[in-house]
Amino acid sequence: MEFNKKNILDIDSLSAEDISFILDTSDSMKEINERPVKKVPTLRGKTIVLFFQEPSTRTKLSFDLAAKRLSADSVSLAASSSSIKKGETLLDTARTIEAMNPDILVMRHSMSGAPHFLSKFLKCSIINGGDGRHAHPSQALLDMMTIREKKKRLSGLNVSIIGDISNSRVARSNMRGLVKTGNKVKIFGPNSMIPPEVEKEFGVKRALSMEEAVTDADVIMMLRIQKERQGGNLFSTEREYSLSYGLNSKILEKARKDVIVMHPGPVNRGVELTPELADSSISVINEQVKNGVALRMALFYLVSGGAKNVDSD
Amino acid sequence: MSILIKNGKVYISDKGFVNTNVLIKNKKIAKLTDTEPEADEIIEAEGLYVFPGLIDIHVHLREPGQEYKETIETGAKAAAKGGFTDICCMPNTDPVNDNASVTSFIVKKSAEAGFSKVHPVASLTKGLKGCEICEYGELKKAGAAALSDDGRPVPDAGIMRRAVEYAAGFKLPVICHSEELSLSADGVVNEGIVSTRLGLPGIPDSAESLGVKRDIEIASLADHDVHIAHVSTAKAVDIIRNAKKNNIKVTAETAPHYFTLTQESVHDFDTYAKMNPPLRTEADRIAVIEGLKDNTIDVIATDHAPHSDEEKIVPFEQAAFGIVGLETSLSLSLELVEQGLLTMEDLVHKMSINPGKIINQDNSIAEKAGANITIVNKDYEWTADKESFVSKSKNSPFINRKMKGVCEYTIKEGKIIWSRNK
Repeated sequence: MEFNKKNILDIDSLSAEDISFILDTSDSMKEINERPVKKVPTLRGKTIVLFFQEPSTRTKLSFDLAAKRLSADSVSLAASSSSIKKGETLLDTARTIEAMNPDILVMRHSMSGAPHFLSKFLKCSIINGGDGRHAHPSQALLDMMTIREKKKRLSGLNVSIIGDISNSRVARSNMRGLVKTGNKVKIFGPNSMIPPEVEKEFGVKRALSMEEAVTDADVIMMLRIQKERQGGNLFSTEREYSLSYGLNSKILEKARKDVIVMHPGPVNRGVELTPELADSSISVINEQVKNGVALRMALFYLVSGGAKNVDSD
Repeated sequence: MSILIKNGKVYISDKGFVNTNVLIKNKKIAKLTDTEPEADEIIEAEGLYVFPGLIDIHVHLREPGQEYKETIETGAKAAAKGGFTDICCMPNTDPVNDNASVTSFIVKKSAEAGFSKVHPVASLTKGLKGCEICEYGELKKAGAAALSDDGRPVPDAGIMRRAVEYAAGFKLPVICHSEELSLSADGVVNEGIVSTRLGLPGIPDSAESLGVKRDIEIASLADHDVHIAHVSTAKAVDIIRNAKKNNIKVTAETAPHYFTLTQESVHDFDTYAKMNPPLRTEADRIAVIEGLKDNTIDVIATDHAPHSDEEKIVPFEQAAFGIVGLETSLSLSLELVEQGLLTMEDLVHKMSINPGKIINQDNSIAEKAGANITIVNKDYEWTADKESFVSKSKNSPFINRKMKGVCEYTIKEGKIIWSRNK
C-alpha cells in the first residue's frame, strides 16, 4: 500500500486501511527500540521541530526519542521560551520556523484546530501532537496499536471509554478510530462531561451507569480528569468522582476476563483508577508508553515518504 | 438636478408594485406619472423593481477607533452598493458612542461621505459597561436613532429595566443583543454536533432564548419598544411569537446568514463562519424563515461586522466574531423570494418599511416625499468575488457564492449614490 499523507492532523482523515498500515509500520519499528544500539539512519539529514505551546512531558519526550532513533535532528521550542510570549501571532511564529526549512513540525496547541489552521499555510509536514479538545491522533494510534497487540485483532471488540469525554481530545480521536476499525464503543462519564449528540456524531453508545459501561468490555480506557481544561463545576469532588466514575476491582468483575485497562496518562492515582489497578497486570499503561515511541517513529517515517525518500545506506 | 425612473415596477404603499414612472426633483419625488416628463437623467427600469430605500438597522462601522477595518465612508459606500439608503451603526467603537460628541462626529462624517445616511445608535450604558445609563436626551438631539449595548448585553436586569424605562421618556427604541452570558461563556460555535465533532466550546441555543425572554419581560415591565437583534434560534422565534400575541411591544430582526447557512459551514474551522450568535442547526434555520413568513420577525438586518485578516486568519477560538453583510444581504434575501418563501412585497416590509418604523425613517415612495429609492434587478447573476467587496474588510462566508439579484441604483435624497454600471 502507498501512504501519501503529508500531514497527520486527526483520525478523520485516515481510512481503516491507513490505520492498519500505520500500525503495521509501527510494529516493525518497535524492534529497533529493543536493540542495544537504538538508532537507525533512516531519517538522517531530516529536521523535526517540536513546537509545544502547551505543557507536555511524555508526548514530547516520545516524539523526541522517536526522531532521534531514526537519526533525524530534532529541536524543541516551547511557548514560554518563544516569541509567542512577546505577542507574535501563531502564524508568524510558524512561518519563522518554516523559514529555517524543517521537514516535519510536530505541534501541540491549546486551541482546537490550530494545526489545521497552520497546515493551510505551511509547506512542511505537520503532525498534530494534540490540539485543544479536538484531536490527538498519535495517542489514539498508539492506543489502537496496544489493543491490537494485546487482543491480536482490532475489530469486533467492546471498548469502553470512561471519564471526561467533552474535554478530551484523546476520547475524540479514539472514538473515531475504534469505530472506523469496526469496534463497539461505549462511553460513560458524568452527564456534565458528555458532549451533545456524541452518539450520532461518533457512532458510539452512551452507557447510563458504570456497571453498564464496564459489562463485557474487552478494553476499558480511563480518561484523565483534565484539571487544566475544566470550566468549573463539571463534577463535585475527586472523592465522589472516584466513587461514581472511577475504576476499581469490584466493578471490573463485570468486564470480560481478559479485559485490559488503558489510560493516556498521567494518572490521577485514586481518582480515575485505584493505585492497585494502575499497577496490576491488566493495566497496559506502560505498554502504551513504550508503543508510543514506535508509533511516532512510524509516523515520521511515513510522512517523510516512507521507503521512497529516506537515506538508504 | 432631476431624474426620471422609467417603466419600473414601483412599490407604492397600500397598492403594492405598480408600473409607473417616477420623477425626482430637488431631493424629492416630484411626480408619479404615466407620462414621460423631461429630466436631466433617465434611468431605464424596464423589468426592474423600484423599492423604497432599503434600511439596515444593524451595522458595525469601526470609526472612530478601528479605521483599518472600516470607516464611516467605506461602510456607507458598501451600504450604498448593497442597496441601502440608510443604515444604523452600533456604538461599540473606540471611544464608545455614549456621548453627544461621538454621535455628532458620526453624523458629520456620514454627511461628508455622501453615500448611505448613517444613523448612529448610541449606547445604553456608559462605555458599554452595563452600569450607568447615558444621557439619552442629549444623544437624541445629536442624532441618535436608537439605543443599544449591542454585543455586550446589560447583565443586570434591574439596570436594564431602568435603561428601557428612561429611554421611553425620549421615545428612543432599545435594540437588544439578547444573550445570557453565563450560558454562552467561552463558547465559539453553536453547541451541538459540530462543537462535539471539532472539540470547540459551544454556545447553547438557550443562551439566546433566555436572553430574549428576559428582554421581553423588561419590555413588558417598562412598557416600551424593544427590538430583538439577530434572532438565530427556533426557541427565540417561538418566544417572540408568543410575546406578540400578548401585545408586548417587541419587534425582531434576523440576518441573512441565519436563514441561509447552518453550523455545518464552520466545517474545517472556517473563521469566516464565526459570529455571535453562532450559525445554528437546519431546524433553527427553517424556524427563522417561518418567523419571517408569519411576521414574528419584522426585519432583515445584516449585523455587518468588518474584521481584518489580523482578527480572522488565526486559530478559530482566537478569531473575532462577525462577518460583513451589507453587500450580500439583498441578494441572499432575494433567494427567499426566488424560492417562494417570501414575496417581493414582504421584502419591502422586512428591508425598508419595518426597520424604518423602528428608527422613524419613512422611505415610502409618494409624491412630495424624500427621494430615497433602491432599484433592484432580481435576475442579474453574479459571483461574490473577494475583490468585488468595497467594504474595507472581506470577512464573508459567502465569498465565491453564486448570487442572483442585485441593486442597480441606490438614490438617497435625490442623488444617485450607487450605480452598478459606473
